[in-house]
Amino acid sequence: MGSAARIRVLDGPSIDRSLTRIAHEILERNKTLRGLALVGVQTRGVPLARRLAERLGAIEGEAPAVGVLDINLYRDDLSRIGDHPVLKRTEIPFELDGSIVILVDDVLFTGRTVRAALDALMDLGRPRQIQLAVLVDRGHRELPVRADFVGKNLPTAPSERVDVLLSETDGDDEVVIVKAEDGGDGREEKRP
Amino acid sequence: MRLASPHLLGIEPLTPDEITLILDTAEGFSDIASREIKKVPTLRGKTVVNFFVEPSTRTRSSFELAEKRLSADSLNFSTSTSSLVKGETLLDTLRNLEAMDPDFIVLRHSEAGAPHFLAKHGKTSIVNAGDGAHEHPTQALLDAFTIRRKKARIANLKVAIVGDILHSRVARSNVLLLTKMGADVSVCGPPTLLPRGLEHLGAKVTHRMDEAVEGADVVMMLRIQRERMKGGFFPTLREYAAFYGLDASRMKRAAPGAIVMHPGPINRGVEIMGDVADGDASVILDQVRSGVAVRMAVLYLLAGGDREAAA
Repeated sequence: MGSAARIRVLDGPSIDRSLTRIAHEILERNKTLRGLALVGVQTRGVPLARRLAERLGAIEGEAPAVGVLDINLYRDDLSRIGDHPVLKRTEIPFELDGSIVILVDDVLFTGRTVRAALDALMDLGRPRQIQLAVLVDRGHRELPVRADFVGKNLPTAPSERVDVLLSETDGDDEVVIVKAEDGGDGREEKRP
Repeated sequence: MRLASPHLLGIEPLTPDEITLILDTAEGFSDIASREIKKVPTLRGKTVVNFFVEPSTRTRSSFELAEKRLSADSLNFSTSTSSLVKGETLLDTLRNLEAMDPDFIVLRHSEAGAPHFLAKHGKTSIVNAGDGAHEHPTQALLDAFTIRRKKARIANLKVAIVGDILHSRVARSNVLLLTKMGADVSVCGPPTLLPRGLEHLGAKVTHRMDEAVEGADVVMMLRIQRERMKGGFFPTLREYAAFYGLDASRMKRAAPGAIVMHPGPINRGVEIMGDVADGDASVILDQVRSGVAVRMAVLYLLAGGDREAAA
């Protein structure tokens, strides 16, 4: 790694506030938590989904179910990348058929992860509706995908990298933009 | 993290980290069998040739199912001729298979080293599905996967492998894998069925079954391969069963909560008694189930795209 400039764009309290707002928006749009469940995309979508569920529970009294989705088997670039990512568990501990699923991920970028997640969910059942919540929308879509709930819209250059760090996985809460000065194209490891 | 080689030829070249990677990846595939749609699109457009020169039903079916669940296209080649295929012929066969542009060749062959030969002379990923009495890596991996699920670890477990060690590639691959992962392995069988030199692989050798089973966490029984028995390795099957058969009273010597394994097909009443094979300690059917997940993991990891680009 060459030297890289690192700019913090969200700190812990701002992430908290964004999630609280998204929780309220989810309720506003859906009116009720009945038949609603959250599904976090591995890895960092999972703690975000749990936090949202907790907040929804605090508002409505009962927290919705949380599922976990690994999208790696549905990626569109498997024959191109050298290291196949290590699979993590997929667990949907609720009846998917007829449910309203809020798909939760940390960063929305090209839209390819969301495409893969939609295919993965469809193979597991037939939800009535799928909505998308992301902490950061950084633009540069390659597919016609849009989020229903966004924590922060972040204008970025394609060469930059957006890292979401969460206390559950990284020890601390923050969102940073890393300017790649080592000539890399800055695309996240998790791309699509 | 990825596998260093584009082939899976045996357990011998694998590092403990690579073994752990395969087992961890298999965990991710193990729940697919319980879904309504038992299929993922991961290897769509890839072609796998299952080339079985030796009869095999369960290994081939397990590979085939793994391939289908990954959405790969598979093609079965099997020959029942047991005549040894010599270098020239095998090379020609390889060229013919490669002319069909497969991405993988899964090879079962009666001669040790046949998959290595294909790997050396071809450009396709080779998966060894058993070569002679040499190795059967996916069997050892599925056994390790089953052990890890039941016992939560492999290191420091006491494992007894009992039976026809001489003709068993399963035993060889298992000894290699389990010792690499830090288990305490004993092999046991009649002197005629124990090859020399097993101590060098890190296993303890005994001819007394009670000694091998004493305090074992895992008792792995091997099939008496009657089809490979040309000559008197032991007097009668009845006598073999009396000395090396696993019955309920022998199982009492094992550690509490010990599991019983067998790669199948079992000879009831010979190496394993029916009540043990069907008992609570038996994980024989779990092994079959694990086989599909482990083979999916192997194909998935070997399919890892452009190796040059990643280097």
